[in-house]
This record gives sequence, C-alpha cells and structure tokens, in this order.
Amino acid sequence: MAKQELDTRFAKFGTVSFASVTQVNDFIGHLEGGKLMGTRCKDCGKHFFPPRAHCYQSLSGNMEWFEVTGKGKLVSYSTLQYAPTGFTDDLPYTIALVDYGDYKVFGRIDRSVPVGELSVGMEMKAVVSKTSNDKLTYVFQKA
Amino acid sequence: MGKVGIIGVGQSTFVRTYPGSIRELVFEGFKEAMENTGITTKDIDATVVCSAPEYDKQRSPAGVIAEYLGLNPQPTFYAETLCSSSSTGVKLAYSLVKSGLHDVVMVIGFQIMSQLTSAESQERMGRGADIQWESPFGTMMPAYYALHAQAHMAKYGTTPEDLALIRVKAATYGQLNEKAVYRKAVALEQFTDPASPMGSPVSSPLRTGDCCANADGSSIVIVASEEKARALCKKPVWIKGIGAASAPVNMAGRDQLSGLAVARESARQAYAMAGITAADINVAEVHDCFTIAEMMAYENLGFAKPGEGKELIRAKETYKEGRIPVNVDGGLLSKGHPIGATGGSQIRTIVLQLRGEAGAIQVKDPAFGLVHNIGGVGLYGNVTIFGLD
Repeated sequence: MAKQELDTRFAKFGTVSFASVTQVNDFIGHLEGGKLMGTRCKDCGKHFFPPRAHCYQSLSGNMEWFEVTGKGKLVSYSTLQYAPTGFTDDLPYTIALVDYGDYKVFGRIDRSVPVGELSVGMEMKAVVSKTSNDKLTYVFQKA
Repeated sequence: MGKVGIIGVGQSTFVRTYPGSIRELVFEGFKEAMENTGITTKDIDATVVCSAPEYDKQRSPAGVIAEYLGLNPQPTFYAETLCSSSSTGVKLAYSLVKSGLHDVVMVIGFQIMSQLTSAESQERMGRGADIQWESPFGTMMPAYYALHAQAHMAKYGTTPEDLALIRVKAATYGQLNEKAVYRKAVALEQFTDPASPMGSPVSSPLRTGDCCANADGSSIVIVASEEKARALCKKPVWIKGIGAASAPVNMAGRDQLSGLAVARESARQAYAMAGITAADINVAEVHDCFTIAEMMAYENLGFAKPGEGKELIRAKETYKEGRIPVNVDGGLLSKGHPIGATGGSQIRTIVLQLRGEAGAIQVKDPAFGLVHNIGGVGLYGNVTIFGLD
C-alpha cells in the first residue's frame, strides 16, 4: 500500500515557514484563492483567528471558515531595523496587530503604507499578498 | 505545614562569551552557593535544572549537570518556561519541599547563548512565540516588546525619554555589580547622540539602549523545609507568596498590549498568598528584558496605577533611596539575560537584600522583597515574594 501523502501546504506561508502540516491547511488554499479566512465554531459561534481546527469550548472540530473582511483598528505596530535569521533581506518591515472586534489579526503592514502615516487606532484592512520570496502572506493597508 | 525557605544562592559572573561548556558554567554559580551556605552535596535531596532549550547542543542537560556537580544518585529533572525557567524551578522546588517529598532541593539555572550569532539567537527567541502564525512574519523579542511600547505610549503618553530613564537607572547600579555584563554609566543624552549606539533603532520605538544583551551565565537557589533551613542556615529567607500564570501565545489572543496579563495575575496570587499588598514591598527585581518591560511591571505589580509608571521613574522613586527600589542590581539591562539563569539571579539579589548582605546596593532594612520574572512575551508570568519571617 502506498504511503499516504502528507498535506504540507502550510510550508507556503510566510517569508520563512516553520510549520508545514496542520489540520487548518485549507487556510493556504483560501489564500491562494485571494481570501484571508479564520474559523468559527458551528456549535458555539466563537470566531478564531488565527484559524483553529478545534474549539476548546465545544470540545469539537465542527468548524466553518469565515472571511476576514471589512475594517479593523490598528492596536499597535513596530518597524524592525534588525531581523532574525532568514528575514534580513526584507528589512525594514513593520509588524502590526489589528482588532476586528470579534477577533484580532497579526501580520505586516503593506510596504506601500508610509510608516509616518501609521497611528494606533486608525482603520486598516487585510489584503492577500506575496512575500518578497514569492510565498503566500497577507498585509494590512489603510482602509 | 511548615514554611519553606531559601538557604543559599549563587551565580556565575554573567558574560557575553563564557569560555567553557554548560557544566563548567553551572559549576561557577554552584561553587558560590555551596561555599556561601556551607553545606555538602549530601545535604541536597534533589535538583531541578532550568534553561531554555536549543541554545546549546546538549539535550536533557539535567543529568549531565547533576553528574558534574556530584549530585548523583539524587533525582534530577528539567524545567522550562523560557526566560522565567528558574522561577518555575523554584516554584517546583517549593512544591517538592512543601509536599514532604524532599527536604532540600537545589534549583539550577543556566544558559550559554554565545555559541549562536545574534540573528540566530533572535530566531530561537522568536520561536518561543507562535511559530505557526507569527514567526513567518519575521518576529523577534524586541519587536514584540516594541508593540507593547507603542501601545503604552499611545494609551498613556509614555515617551521614549521615560524608557531611556529606566536604562539610565539600570546603568547607575550595573556599574556597582561585579557580576554584570554592562558596567558603564549611561546618560540620557546618549539616546539622542548619533555617535552613541544607545539611540540606534532596533524595532520602533525601542532602541539599542532599551534592550538587554544576551549573556552566558548560571544561577543557583537552594530551597529547604523550615526544619532543615533552621538547622543549615543562620539567616534563612522565607518564600511568602508564589504566583504563576499563562497567556495566549499569539498577540491576536491578547486583550491589550499596554500591560502583561500574566504579571497582573501572578502578582494577585502572590500578594494573596503572602497576605500583603504592593505597598508592603521594600525592594523588587523585575524582568527588564526591555525598558518597556520594567515600565509595565511598575503598573502590573501595583507599584503605580496603570499609565503612571512614568511618574515613578521621572521622580526616581525606583532608585535605591526611593519609595520602591527596583532592579538596584542593574537588572537584566546591565547584568545581561542568560535566559535560564535570570530568575535565579533575581532571587539571589532579593535574598542578599533581605539578609542585609547586598553591599553597595543594600536597601535599608527590607522586610519583603519581590521577584517578577516573565517567560516569552508575557507568555509565562511568575511573581515570588520573599520575607524575613
């Protein structure tokens, strides 16, 4: 019997990916389709971003995907002038946390947004994008 | 049930590059603790060995270190909560003693970080956060704390200068600490002087001067039952309160970034167990891996109201002569931060303070001392309160 192929799509996520096999690998399929998606528990309605395969409240894997759409508020951001191994070619870059109300999303600010125009509380939107080394990611732009 | 005390403490000199292996580095802290306590290895019933993994090649270091210190056949095991590993070790030692299983337990913290480049080390530390959902964006510890600094500034009007004042204080005392890595004075003006590295940006708004340095070092804390403590030690220091907490690893799971929930929760537990409040603390060691971390600690521990930490440092209330002296041994900012050894070094400072043996940095007659030791970016919180009776 042939060895079952592992779904390693998650290795396509981010400049350097440290995980490859996860039960939420459809996240990658959705990114490829241009959508940033989280999961919602069908039993209790709780939203999860980043997406999870299981809900600890309902003790179930009865999840559905939802799209991260609309505007969120910038909780905080920081521009790195120094980077860990594997990311130095990207410097400088800005990481950020954006609050959508039911959930928050961590990621990078789009390079097209001047850092001087950022301020805590401003409205942002998430857009699917590619990294400098042509891998899948998402970025925040001004909403 | 009797009390649980600390009967001995020790640490190696913290250095940028230790010219030896982990077992030899640990021996340096061990030697100080054993000489200082005057006990033999036969008096020690078990060891808890604490570090963050992946900085050196040795897997399961507990066995290697127990053998080198002459602590076979006593049981040993490894404990890890990143930068708060040795505080966790002390909590475990307390439990082992309190349960009656062992009478004397040695907590051994260590880290050799110099075998990696700084960028490699940042990558390891970054992987102490969420490797699946955050590390792919190129995160590192200074950047995570920078997010907290930015949020704190936006919410409370804290300034980069307020943060720099914390580094100036740290350097004031680091000069007096023979075991510290960084022993030079730091002037506020250095943060705005282009010729000084202090002001060079690392991850906005944090600059080089806001960050502690990696270091190699070891620390030892010897925990004992009340009966053994009284028999073996002239001036035992008692563990009065222990608090520990965890928080979501992903920043997306945090309620806010202007403080650390784990610090608030572990402080609440520790104060309740000790039956005291923040106002009763006479001297504190807080986890100042970054200046903003100390600023948040002032507020999370109740030394200042939320947003008013800046007033404490502006008024020099956390200096040795102030209302609540904090990190008068120079803190991580001066001593350096050998991850697994840091908590034990903080506890060592508080034990010496309570014994009246802190030398040039001695605070006047302290009755209660507090250690705040954080693992990861507020992932693990540990607050431990020590007292004289």
